Amino acid sequence: MTDIGLGGRTRLDRDRLLRLLQDYGVHLGVAVLLLVNIAITPHFLSAENFRTQAVQVAPVLIVALGMALAIGSEGVDLSVGSVMALSTSLLSLYLGYGMWIALLVAVLGGAAVGVANGALIAYIGVQPIVATLALMVAGRGLAQVLLPQLKDVHDPTMASLGSGDLLGIPYLVLIAVALALLVAFVVRRTTFGRQLLAIGDSRPAAKLAGLPVRRVLILVYVCSGALAAIAGVLATARLTASDPTSLGNLMELSAITAVVVGGTPLSGGRVRIGGTVAGAVLIQLLTATLIKHDLPPSWTQIAQAVVIILAVYAARERGRR
Amino acid sequence: MLPVTGSGAPPVAGPAMLSVSGLGKSFPGVRALDGVDFTARAGEVHALIGENGAGKSTLIKVLTGVYKAGEGEVRYDGSAVRFATPLQAQHAGISTIYQEVNLVPLMSVARNLFLGREPRGRLGLIDFRRMHREAQEALRGLGVRVDVRRPLRELGVGAQQMVALARAVSVDARVVIMDEPTSSLEPREVATLFGVIRMLRGRGIAVIYVSHRLDELYEVCDTVTVLRDGKAVHTGPIAELDRLRLVALMLGREIGDVREEGLTKFSGNHDTEAQPVLEATGLTVRHQLDGVSLTIRPGEVVGLGGLLGSGRSETAKAIAGALPPDSGRVVIAGVPVRTGSTPAAIRAGVSLLPEDRKAEGIVPGLSVRENIALAALPGLSRFGLVDEARIDRVVDTFMKRLRIKASGPHQKVGELSGGNQQKVLLARWLAMNPKVLLLDEPTRGIDVGAKAEVQKLIDELADDGLGVLLISSDMEELIEGSDRVVVLKDGAVVEELTGDAVTEDRLMRAIAAAPAAQATTPATSGGDDD
Repeated sequence: MTDIGLGGRTRLDRDRLLRLLQDYGVHLGVAVLLLVNIAITPHFLSAENFRTQAVQVAPVLIVALGMALAIGSEGVDLSVGSVMALSTSLLSLYLGYGMWIALLVAVLGGAAVGVANGALIAYIGVQPIVATLALMVAGRGLAQVLLPQLKDVHDPTMASLGSGDLLGIPYLVLIAVALALLVAFVVRRTTFGRQLLAIGDSRPAAKLAGLPVRRVLILVYVCSGALAAIAGVLATARLTASDPTSLGNLMELSAITAVVVGGTPLSGGRVRIGGTVAGAVLIQLLTATLIKHDLPPSWTQIAQAVVIILAVYAARERGRR
Repeated sequence: MLPVTGSGAPPVAGPAMLSVSGLGKSFPGVRALDGVDFTARAGEVHALIGENGAGKSTLIKVLTGVYKAGEGEVRYDGSAVRFATPLQAQHAGISTIYQEVNLVPLMSVARNLFLGREPRGRLGLIDFRRMHREAQEALRGLGVRVDVRRPLRELGVGAQQMVALARAVSVDARVVIMDEPTSSLEPREVATLFGVIRMLRGRGIAVIYVSHRLDELYEVCDTVTVLRDGKAVHTGPIAELDRLRLVALMLGREIGDVREEGLTKFSGNHDTEAQPVLEATGLTVRHQLDGVSLTIRPGEVVGLGGLLGSGRSETAKAIAGALPPDSGRVVIAGVPVRTGSTPAAIRAGVSLLPEDRKAEGIVPGLSVRENIALAALPGLSRFGLVDEARIDRVVDTFMKRLRIKASGPHQKVGELSGGNQQKVLLARWLAMNPKVLLLDEPTRGIDVGAKAEVQKLIDELADDGLGVLLISSDMEELIEGSDRVVVLKDGAVVEELTGDAVTEDRLMRAIAAAPAAQATTPATSGGDDD
């Protein structure tokens, strides 16, 4: 920028402030919500409360990690909620063979949905929103065919996975944190991560640079599917029941919200894992705050909408750069 | 006025139908039109030609109401007009056939023909029987036999173009503008089109004809206006302008103008006797390339000459695997390469610097470092993990060697100047140790200093033994930079200039040359080079 005219400096400062706000606004939001709650919400500052919040946010966060990859590749994955349902059905069906086998089958099921999504997008050229919409409908249907109604899960290992902890930290939270670190590592340090970002930023350029565009896209949706399946397994463990009808309903929207609020642009080319984590936490805290103050659920939705609009507004400013 | 057939003497042109005077139009940073005078007369076919960025599209868009005139006046049928929308221009009687067919693909042929003016029966409902009958007749008049009830998209591109033509003709147009109407037509359809154009001329309609195919212009047009850099540099009867002069006007060059060497940064020749590093034979892509063959030896810069739309970019893309050819072979250093696969071509050692640097070259949101490492990434990784230290070394080496000016390796490429973006792309490919570099307009849109630097780099790379294919609209650059020039016209090689024959003069003559056998001219041509 060679804008050194009158007022150029102040504009530069404002630009920088705006950019900082865009990049770290979500973290700021989390901090503000925490402070507000500490001030006005009784019993907020208790280990038990934090535990509850963290356990509730874990599945959303895990799904959002996969969603961040899909969005970073200039796509989206609407099938994640249905994949959660499918994984709970598979888990429940195969639990007789032992928990680890059932777990493996559930995750493989999610990965298979990812292969289908990726193949439709990469080879047939279907737009991601349409391809994953198809799998969203098909996945939920298949889940309900496999397991027509709610079924309790009586497995001690599953139960301990859902409610046990290590040094006071629930397994669910530990797993979510580990996965977030893993995905962040993949994005930053692997060829796959770099290629994903290049493809998301400029598909024609990536193609002409000889990148394996199709392979990368399929892998993106496989990751997203597998992560959603893991989220489904963990949610099942927490509820100690498989409910393919309602598990994961509207999860795709919560995940997209977390990703967008976290500052990952929908136009692709950028994946912010830290922001996604903060985005998921922000929405969780917002919901919790309103519930604790006995506001009706509709208020929660309105508040979410406001946060999304703010995030999109920030993204628009970023897109102009 | 009697209908005139054949390309004989043009009819006495009627009164001015659509004209502009002193037309100016600016876009941020660009003066697209600058004081253009242009008059299309009734009963005249007026050719409008010019190279990339000459202002043709802008002029047409002003004439058809897409853009508003910046300065100057548009006159239609004797009075000053200002079309606010394309629709107004259409209603006034200005019909346009665009290069890309602008119809509704899912609707039937007949509905497309009558869109917005369907014949109505009682109760104001569409009279489909009448519509189908009239549509069938209108198309038969143009020699097109199709079921008019079928959706338009089921027709071939040529047939679709004829439907667009039928639509333009059947409305009561007084001016018909055709923007490269023949780019996707078969020879038979071209003949039909010319028949229709002559019929329109006979009816006293003003036809404005935009094309890059010189043969067509001489066959069907009466008058020609040449645009260059936003100015009308010549207007007059086309019969009085020979082809060479026309090409010279388009390119802004003087015939016989012997230029001294040393205006560009290219140094001497690189003629070698070594085995070719690239052999492309018979590359053919429907409507775009017609059996293009060329060879490049190591250390040689081969120029690809020709006008816009002659198939230069398509040739480069076909070699690089980005445009799958219908037939043809590509052999790199003696080894045949699977065509139509970019990764295969890259593995074989082919690198393409695309013409559209911003859309197809750089990844704007990523850093200089990531952009340079992009193609070589698998080689700079171990077990899928990126080796940052090695990338740093490679990036550092090339940023120094190519003198890339950035605030650092982590600056976003989108923020760099055009010249530095181009160098980043060069670095990306050089990191792959290529054998052949295909450079499509490597210096377009970059400033003078950077241009000289890029030219010097190209020279150095050839000295290092790379085979270089150079595409450039800049005559000087092409002539001085190339050891040989292969001249393309309508998607086919028409001449190869070597040694002392590599001069602007010879190049222009080759471009302007009339086809040897008129009747067997292949109807292939490049799509737009853009």
